[in-house]
Amino acid sequence: MNALLLANETAASAGWMLRNAWIIPFIPAMSFLLILLIGKRTPGKGHWIGIAAVSAAFVLSAIAGVQWIQHVNDAHHASGSEEQALSVGGGTLAAKTESPTAGAAPAEGESAAAEEEHVAVAPVRNSVTWYENEGTNVKVGTLVDGLSVMMLVVVTLISLLVHIYSTDYVHGDRRYTHYFAFLSLFTASMLTLVIAENTLMLLCAWELVGVCSFALIGHWWEEQPNSDAALKAFLTNRVGDMGLIIGVTILYFAAGKSFDIVKINEMANSGEIRQFLLLVASCCLIAAVASKSGQFILHTWLPDAMAGPTPVSALIHAATMVVAGVFMVARLYSVFFHGLTIPGSSINLLALVGAVTLIGGALLAFVQNDIKKVLAYSTISQLGYMVMALGVGAWTAAVFHLFTHAFFKACLFLGAGSVSHACHHSFDMKAEMGGLRKIMPRTFWTFVIATGALIGIFPLAGFWSKDEILAGTGGWPDTHGTGTYYAMLIMGMLGAALTAAYMTRVIYLTFFGQYRGHSHPHENGPRITIPLIILAVFAVGAGFLNLPPGVFGAGDAHHPTGWQERFGHYVEPVGKYFPDVVHATPSYLLAIVSSAIGLAGVAAAYAYYRKVETRSRAEGRKLTELPDGITTRSKPAKAFHTLLVNKYYLDHLYNNVIVAGIKGPIARAAYWFNQHGIDASVNAVGKGSVIGGKFLYTYFDQKVVDGAVNASGTLSSGVGEELRHIQTGKVQQYALLLFGGTTVLAGIFLILLTT
Amino acid sequence: MLLNQFLLLAAALFCIGVYGVLARRNAVLVLMSVELILNAVNINFVAFGAFNRTVAGEVFGLFVIAVAAAEVGVGLAMVLLLYRNRKSIDLTEVDLMKG
Amino acid sequence: MDFLETWGISIAVFVPVIGALVVMLIPKSWGEDLYKQVALAVSLVSGGFGIAMLVNFNFDDTGRLQYLVDKKWIEAISSRYIVGLDGISLPLFLLTLLIVPLCIIYSWNHFPEPHNPKALLALILLLETGMLGSFVAQDLILFFVFFEVVLLPMFFMIAVWGGEKRQYASLKFFLFTLFGSALMILSFLAMFFLADPHTFDMRALPTALQGVALSTQVLIFLGMLIGLGIKVPMFPFHTWLPDAHTQAPTVGSVILAAVLLKLGTYGFVRIAIPILPAAAVKVAPLIGVLAVIGIIYGALGCLAQTDMKRLIAFSSVAHMGFVMLGISTLTQFGINAAIFGMVAHGLITGMLFFIAGSVKERYHTLEISKLGGLLLDAPKMGWLLGLCVMASLGLPGLAGFWGEFPAILSSYSPAHGLNVELYRIFMVISALGTVLAAGYLLWLLQRVAFGPSKSHGDGHEQIHDMHVSEGLAWAPLIALIVALGVYPGIMFKSTDAAVAKSLAACLVDDKGPTCPELADMLHAERGK
Repeated sequence: MNALLLANETAASAGWMLRNAWIIPFIPAMSFLLILLIGKRTPGKGHWIGIAAVSAAFVLSAIAGVQWIQHVNDAHHASGSEEQALSVGGGTLAAKTESPTAGAAPAEGESAAAEEEHVAVAPVRNSVTWYENEGTNVKVGTLVDGLSVMMLVVVTLISLLVHIYSTDYVHGDRRYTHYFAFLSLFTASMLTLVIAENTLMLLCAWELVGVCSFALIGHWWEEQPNSDAALKAFLTNRVGDMGLIIGVTILYFAAGKSFDIVKINEMANSGEIRQFLLLVASCCLIAAVASKSGQFILHTWLPDAMAGPTPVSALIHAATMVVAGVFMVARLYSVFFHGLTIPGSSINLLALVGAVTLIGGALLAFVQNDIKKVLAYSTISQLGYMVMALGVGAWTAAVFHLFTHAFFKACLFLGAGSVSHACHHSFDMKAEMGGLRKIMPRTFWTFVIATGALIGIFPLAGFWSKDEILAGTGGWPDTHGTGTYYAMLIMGMLGAALTAAYMTRVIYLTFFGQYRGHSHPHENGPRITIPLIILAVFAVGAGFLNLPPGVFGAGDAHHPTGWQERFGHYVEPVGKYFPDVVHATPSYLLAIVSSAIGLAGVAAAYAYYRKVETRSRAEGRKLTELPDGITTRSKPAKAFHTLLVNKYYLDHLYNNVIVAGIKGPIARAAYWFNQHGIDASVNAVGKGSVIGGKFLYTYFDQKVVDGAVNASGTLSSGVGEELRHIQTGKVQQYALLLFGGTTVLAGIFLILLTT
Repeated sequence: MLLNQFLLLAAALFCIGVYGVLARRNAVLVLMSVELILNAVNINFVAFGAFNRTVAGEVFGLFVIAVAAAEVGVGLAMVLLLYRNRKSIDLTEVDLMKG
Repeated sequence: MDFLETWGISIAVFVPVIGALVVMLIPKSWGEDLYKQVALAVSLVSGGFGIAMLVNFNFDDTGRLQYLVDKKWIEAISSRYIVGLDGISLPLFLLTLLIVPLCIIYSWNHFPEPHNPKALLALILLLETGMLGSFVAQDLILFFVFFEVVLLPMFFMIAVWGGEKRQYASLKFFLFTLFGSALMILSFLAMFFLADPHTFDMRALPTALQGVALSTQVLIFLGMLIGLGIKVPMFPFHTWLPDAHTQAPTVGSVILAAVLLKLGTYGFVRIAIPILPAAAVKVAPLIGVLAVIGIIYGALGCLAQTDMKRLIAFSSVAHMGFVMLGISTLTQFGINAAIFGMVAHGLITGMLFFIAGSVKERYHTLEISKLGGLLLDAPKMGWLLGLCVMASLGLPGLAGFWGEFPAILSSYSPAHGLNVELYRIFMVISALGTVLAAGYLLWLLQRVAFGPSKSHGDGHEQIHDMHVSEGLAWAPLIALIVALGVYPGIMFKSTDAAVAKSLAACLVDDKGPTCPELADMLHAERGK
């Protein structure tokens, strides 16, 4: 552990940007305030403030990235392994054998050799007191490590591109300024989320991004469906937040009243927190993941969220916010790792949720006519990949897929936006699109490249990340993942085929065939196409950042060299706050098989649409599907189709049963009880008292009490009546009485005195 | 004793006065009777004063004379008004305060 | 600053009532503006003293009563005039001093029917004295007197300036509260006679009552539970609240929501729990159950409403449920959260009522189905409504969150002697309450603010966005909602040590009760 000590020392000398990472979210936050305050009065209505702020944040993030790489290198140098960062150090095995999990032990001896040396790299932390309560010091601060830095770069880059794209896309909108204000706020919140030092900050940022998502989905709130979608997004997320709140609470007390992420992870690793608590906490947190990252069964808000402006969908609902759930799992990985006993290879909730989402989302993508909804389900499905990868212990693969997915999915969304911008702002592939290949070449080519990356065509970005996930399941022979999950491998393969097929469908319906709309589409201007091209470049190149060992260069399957595994090397945390995941060994055969499966999906879809093409030529109509396809011929297929069209009836369940139930009968019953139960009894008490009072008044007060009063009155007036006769008004009579009285008194006095 | 004679005189005067106040119907006579009562008191005052060798009795006597003068003044004015209103000063007719 | 030390509180408390007299004495012929100016000036003077006391407040020693005054008052019943501020009462004291001037500013140009600003302003000022006094009183009788002073002005405010059903509502409010007061004074008297030596001094009572049997203590506590619970309002004593809120004029609703409801919860924190800690442990689960029922029940009640103001009123039941949940944990953390929740609810719900009042003034209705498009008609008001709704549903970064989340958090691990499993169930149910809260508040926001404008086409005048007086009245509230949300340390710093001290009598310690008497009592209970 000498290495750790040294690493800690280097943490103090870490780059300035790493120590002061709070500036990065601070800039967009200020930009939000500025746009809100003066945006409307500035020329161009304020978008430039946002662009400038996000550019600055991007530059700073990039600096942070460079400094982090230096920081990791410094740690390796300081650890004494002077040769190269890539060699197998002696200390590696020592660190590795500490693994508390027996399940991974058999794979250990072999795979440990494949690991890079385990030199602990301390995350750079910087925090100040937020508030103190009950002797607990709650801090606000930054936790910067590879994961945060990677997220910083991704978020700022995509946010910047989306900002630029939006200046054209929402040009002339009546709430143009507000739009950019919320983009800034979102960027700030998302950046805060990724560098959050503790779970409380994470929770705060988590809800803030939710609120920005709410505001931006409902950007055109004049139409009810949009505001409905916004509401649905927020409420569904709230359901998940319930899990987050409870999970954070459990971890807070489990870690001895601390929100500190590093501390929680360390305690989970060292076994200081009971496994049962970790299990409950991770199950609660999975609910939050399900809502934020669109996992079954809380995914239903994500397709509806497409009601928002397309750049927003690209930024929030594809590249950044929806991966917050995945990020959170990655961040608190020790909790999930031990809570769900991931190395144990028995199916766990995280992997299961991911796998079900992967397939379920992909199937739903087939029946959508709205291009954005197809992409939304595709996002759900891809997020399923990531969650599944985390569930099987392939941490780096999941995070790497998050990284590559951000680029190609943002590219797809922005491409879809570009298409719709040209086609009357419609997203209906069947009614308004078709044959756009020639008209919009730049959009077409970037879209195709991004699709290729999504399907996982060699050598585009998605190929590398998807392949890594499949290898990470450990189900393929000789891959040696953290666990061995055959089911997940099969689901992953199936998902790849489905993805390929529905994306081919999208490409065909949008860009091939004949144009079916009624406007005059045209290629968009540079503010839209340049972001597309940049993202397409990343969709091509991002995969090369984490080449498996032994590919494109020297070294074999166990010893990375040159560009191999750079991403994993710099992003994956090494230290006490991260569990001992086992890196799977890449397999050429697996790569070939999975690619073949993907291509088979493409081929099947292509064959189907070739048929459609021929048929429509023959009939002279603009067909989008076969009139006598399998769904018209086979009853079970028809039933399945109906099930898909109705989105597994989940929306019915939520809207018509749960929401309508609570808002309708249950709320009304509660209110009825309030009015007719509690309130009525209150009123009854009131009325009863009035009746009782009346009774008392008539029979007791009036008769008895008042009678007594009246009687005394009558008595005195009678006496007075009698006595008044004495009063004659004659002074002399009075005088007589006076003297008489005096005489009598004098007599009495005399008698008394004498006796 | 010297004192007794004065006291007897005063008592006689007082009785005459009381009789006058109670029995006479003429208001003026009633007033005069009141004067008699007051003078009976005066005699007592002076007598006791002399007997006890203080001037207090005489001082009170002078007071009473002064008050009696004022009282007669007010009393006569009332009688005058009574006469103006009623053309009579018979006290038995004056019973406005009858209950 | 000896003057401030000895006279500060008394001046701040009694200046408003003098102001009320002055307002009453000003003849009508001198013009209406004079009333308003005098009333505002008076409330600002009072507020100025409050700020001076805040500046001179020693935040390193919030557990001690500062600006303490202890003078003879009614010797016959050994009740003394004891007033003082500590970290618990300071935030609520300042909240009152803030809300009243804002109410006066808000009503500057729109006094509700039947107008008569003179009487309304005098009532508001009288109310202020009552509220301020309740928060500083350290003697039970003094507290009770101030507590009751509040009642009448509010009754008249609802009964005279209220809506259609004002008579029913005002009477209900009055009778309900009076009923509670009766039980409360009964409890106070019981404590007085059981105390050794007889005293009404809140500071002396905890030790003076230590010899009393637990069952007696519980009975006394139950009396206060009902008395204070009605004011909170706690399920099932809450039914006066929706009626009172709906019928009261805007400023009445604001004061009611912002300050009056806090008298109840403050009573628990200040009186009931510190004085009878052993009974508190016995009764806390009951409070917890009622609080959790209130959270869910209030939320369901909200979902069934068709009237905006009534919905906001019902939401108070739910929010005060969180406050009571925090209190029922009997932990420092939970009670801190509860006090934060009180202030946050005061600011946020006060603000919501202000907006509802302004909406009513513009659209002449609060039927949710008849509203819509506020963001189009009056964008500033619409955005503010959005902000307040977000704050109300507990969005982090705004004040509401720090009342809600810590309350949930604290119920995971309640004080020693309480049933942990039960409280964890409370935690889950109250977390469910946050979902429902988001449901009804967003639904309200959607119906009122979003969608096309419904004001045009049926002969309405052009809707005017925020007036200057509204802006002036709202700005401080909004600023505080944001400031407290971003930096909750301001409040926690004030309350933390004071709460610790009030709980120090017993409880808190993880290892068990720190006072031997309580330990014995609990032990004996378990023995049975």
